[in-house]
Formats: sequence, C-alpha cells, structure tokens
Amino acid sequence: MKILVCISKTPDTTAKIAFTDNNTKFAQDNVQWIINPYDEWYALVRAIELKEKDPSTVLHLINVGGADAEPVIRKALALGGDEAIRVNTTSTDSFYIASQIAEVARQGNYDLIFTGKETIDFNGSSIGGMVAELLDMPYVSLAIKFELNGTTATITREIEGGEEICEVNLPVVVSCQKGMAEQRIPNMKGIMGARTKPLKVLEPVAADTLTTVSSFGLPPAKAGVKLIPAENAADLVRLLHEEAKII
Amino acid sequence: MVLVFIDQADGHVKKASYEVLSYGAKVAEQLGTTAEGVVLGAVPADQLAALGKYGVKKIHHVANDALNHFDAQVFTKVIAQVAQAAGSKVIIFSNNVDGKAIAPRLAARLRAGLVPGAVALPETANGFMVKKNVFSGKAFATYTINSDIKIISLNPNSYQVTEGSGTAEVAPFNATVDAPKVKIKAVNKASGEVPLSEAEVVVSGGRGLKGPDNWALIENLAHALGAATACSRPVADEHWRPHHEHVGQTGLTIAPNLYIAVGISGAIQHLAGVNRSKVIVVINKDPEAPFFKAADYGIVGDAFEVIPKITEAVKKLKGMA
Ligand SMILES: Cc1cc2nc3c(=O)[nH]c(=O)nc-3n(C[C@H](O)[C@H](O)[C@H](O)COP(=O)(O)OP(=O)(O)OC[C@H]3O[C@@H](n4cnc5c(N)ncnc54)[C@H](O)[C@@H]3O)c2cc1C
Repeated sequence: MKILVCISKTPDTTAKIAFTDNNTKFAQDNVQWIINPYDEWYALVRAIELKEKDPSTVLHLINVGGADAEPVIRKALALGGDEAIRVNTTSTDSFYIASQIAEVARQGNYDLIFTGKETIDFNGSSIGGMVAELLDMPYVSLAIKFELNGTTATITREIEGGEEICEVNLPVVVSCQKGMAEQRIPNMKGIMGARTKPLKVLEPVAADTLTTVSSFGLPPAKAGVKLIPAENAADLVRLLHEEAKII
Repeated sequence: MVLVFIDQADGHVKKASYEVLSYGAKVAEQLGTTAEGVVLGAVPADQLAALGKYGVKKIHHVANDALNHFDAQVFTKVIAQVAQAAGSKVIIFSNNVDGKAIAPRLAARLRAGLVPGAVALPETANGFMVKKNVFSGKAFATYTINSDIKIISLNPNSYQVTEGSGTAEVAPFNATVDAPKVKIKAVNKASGEVPLSEAEVVVSGGRGLKGPDNWALIENLAHALGAATACSRPVADEHWRPHHEHVGQTGLTIAPNLYIAVGISGAIQHLAGVNRSKVIVVINKDPEAPFFKAADYGIVGDAFEVIPKITEAVKKLKGMA
C-alpha cells in the first residue's frame, strides 16, 4: 500500500492580507506560513492513521513549491510520513502544478492520493480533480470519512444538504475535509525524527501554464454597523424588510 | 459557443444552474456568440425546454441511465464529448459540490485554463480575464486564461438570475458512457431543509448558545424565515451540530443574501466563510465582539431574550402568526 499526500504552504489564518508591486504580489512580510489546514488536519492525519493501522504502508508527502516551503514540509514530516518530495517551482497555475504531482504519482505507483479540499489562499479545489484526470483515476471530492478494507475504500462525501456514501476500488484520488480525522500536535520525537527523513527535490517536468494571476484587490470596506436597541429587537425585522429589502 | 453545465439531482435542475445559465448567456452575448446547455441523466424534457428563459438556445441532453448517479470521471468524459462536438470555447460550471469535482477534471482533459470560484463576468476586451475570490473571501484576484478553451466555475450566489422568455431546443446527445467506478451505496439528505450552500437566508449559532439543547431558538427563527442553519467551528467540534453546518475558513464558504449570526464572536477564520454575504446581522451580548465590525445590523443583547422577539416579528411579517 502506497499513499501520496499533497501538502501546500499557506499563510496563517490570521495573516494580514495585503499586496505589493502594484497589486500583483501578496505581501509576505511578517507572514507566518503553515501547512494548508485541509492538507494537514484531514488529508495527512488520516493517511497517518491508515499507516498506523497497517505499518507496511508507505507514506510519501509531496509539495510543489520553492525552497521556502521546506520548513512547512518538515513540519508535516514531524506529524508523520516516511519521506517527502518537493518539485522545485513557484508556479501558481493549477494545471502546471497538477501535472507535476501526476508525474511523481505515475513514477511512484501510489494506490491512494490525498489532497486537502482546497488551499486557504487560492481556494481552487482543483488539484485533486486534475491529478485524477491526468492519471485516469476515479476522484472522490470533499470526503468527510474514509475507511479502507483491503483494496476497497468506503468514502463518505459531502453533497448539497447531506452526505453520500460510496465505494471505490483503489487506486483513487480523494480530496479531504473536516470529519476525516482530528487535528494532531507533533511531539518531540516526531520533530527530531523529521530532521533526518529524506526530502527529495525534483526539477519540474514540462507542462502547459494555462492561467496567470494578473492582479489582486481587496473588497471595499463595510459602511459600518447600524445598532438596534435590544428592547426594540422587532425593529430589526422591519429594517430588513423595508430598508435592506431582503426579507 | 458557450456551454453551460446544468447540474441536477434526482431529475430536478438545481437552483445554482439557473444562475450559471443566466451568466453563460451573458458571457455569450459579450463574445457575440450563443449559449447552449448540457445536462446529464434523466430530467423531464419540458423542464429542460423551459430553461430557454434563462437565455440558452439549445440543450444537449445525455439521458443515459448510468448518469443518474454522479461519478466525476464518467461525467467529465461525457461533457468533453459534447463540448468537442459542439465546438465550445467557453465552458461554465457552478462552483458547487459537483462543479468542484468535474470542472478541474475537464480542464485537465481539454487542456483548458480554469478559474474556480469566479465572482463576476469575464473581461474580454483585451484577453480573457476572470475575477475570483482568494484568501477565503478576504481578497480577490483577476486571472488571465491563456488557453484556447476556457472554463469558469462561478461561485454560487454571485450573479443575478435573469429570467426572460423563450424555450430551448432539447437535443438528445448520444455519448459513450463508461461504467462508473464509484458506486454509491447510500445518500443521507436532511429532507425538507434548505441546503446551506444554496440558501438565501442563513441563521447561524455559536458557542454563545451554551449547548445543543438551545438550538430550537435558532431553528425556530430559521423556520420562520425559510432559512438554512449554520454554526461556528467549536459548535461542530463539540458535536452540538453536524459538521456540514460548520462555516468558515475550514468549513463551508457561503454567500447568502442574509446571514444572521447569533452568539458568534466573529473570529477572522469564521468571517472568512461568511463575509461575502450581502447583509450580515450580528446578535451578541458583548458590544466588543469583533463581529460587529463586519456587520450591517447589530443587536447588543442576550440571544435568549432577543431571538424569540425577532422570530415573533418575522412570523407577523409573513402572516404566520
Ligand atoms: C486555523 C484555524 C481555523 C479555524 N477555522 C474556523 C472556521 O472555519 N469557522 C469558525 O467558526 N471558526 C474557526 N476557527 C475558530 C475561531 O478562531 C473561533 O475560535 C471560533 O469561530 C469561535 O466560535 P464562537 O464564536 O462560536 O465562540 P466564542 O468565540 O466562544 O464566542 C461566543 C460568542 O457568544 C457571545 N455570547 C455568549 N453568550 C451569549 C448570549 N446569551 N447572547 C448573545 N451572545 C452571547 C459571546 O459574547 C461571544 O462573542 C478556526 C481557528 C483556527 C486557528
């Protein structure tokens, strides 16, 4: 059994969002970088649990990013996993990135590929689907539960207004979200061990760049809150009806 | 030609599809071309013809039984066949659950640049640029698509549905349909409730409600408003409410017309999931709660006293009391 978990580096959830260079670049000063929460809490931890259940499982992590992603990759290795692969590129195009992951996955013959549901910076939710298509594998998105029985996976995924339970034979690509696993804190042994785990750096293969980011912007600020005294709570309903005209 | 994927469930066209049809028709107009739709699985033909009122001329209908259950891999191959046969240059999805599963697959298959989570019409005067949400709603980015075929996934509730008149021609399409590899074993849907991602009004509760037993407060107000219910992360973590109600940076991102937050402090991670709502109402007993800064209307007060009054007033307004 071989599992590949895709790990992305994102700004901390409380990071100040600002842009430089004429609104073409994210302002990185004083930003703390973390493992994308969906990748860490759900994809990686669930994969670690599967390896704990079956210690013969090989668990690899992959990041497509620059050398500045390595502290975040080491953090992920501190939680678990045998080794990590970094494909050395700073591309932001999802097809280019997915092509790199698909290439590594093809070489490594993985049975299971996990991604997070999306990254909290670009909110693409695209990499898993693209990798699956490039490898011609089934794709189960927005998974909230994953159980493995031999080579058959039983996966619960989100649908509008509920959930769907499905069954699929490996190999499969799964995008993971809340429910898959519980967040873990790395322990001292994990942190020490992560330093000596292999972190291979590969150069990217040729692939098309289909999109580029031209500029960023911030939403306009809110006008300010209109406060209604608690005694006149019913007045809120009148305002929503007459002024905001939404009920 | 602009091709719009019409998402359906159990033979009913989803609400999100009206929005993407209206959007697709406008994109086609902008490009000086026509918009067509594609629907997979069994849907009554009259329902499909009626979609003409959103501006599509023709609907390609692939009514194969294997398509009544969703499998992203199978759906992608079928849509690719329709897109190629019809010569589609722009393909539009809703960035809903199904769209998130198919659009990236189709993008990889057709080598088409994808902008997921678009929030506005593309700018086509000079290249092809699409605005999308980034940083979980805290910012937006304008993407340029460089490929010949372009795919846009529109965030739900980002574009005004426009209804005109007219019917669409429904053209059966004969596609090669693979057997699905993903087998659906069970579907658990809360019947009668409004799905959170499609809801126009959402009433959301936080830790300020003290415990799961107090949720009748939220549910009664939601019921009176015809709203869906949501919650903050700790509420889902403590299993007061199901996980699918969790909104925020690590939960669902929603953009209803009205979001009513009750007993939620308004942490930055919570705001990230709801700050695209058109109107935000905050009810919190702490005047310093950060949520008030993001709100349009606010009441500083005890939810247990304030909410029943609001529920009564809504019922009166709607003639329910
Ligand atoms: C990486 C990361 C990701 C996260 N992702 C999310 C996410 O996706 N979604 C999310 O919601 N959170 C998320 N969080 C957690 C977030 O930081 C907050 O802790 C959480 O949103 C707080 O939930 P709350 O407002 O319900 O509870 P609290 O912060 O405990 O606030 C309760 C509020 O209720 C008010 N209150 C109490 N009693 C009453 C009463 N009787 N009447 C009226 N008001 C009352 C209080 O004044 C207070 O403001 C994340 C955190 C991290 C670190």
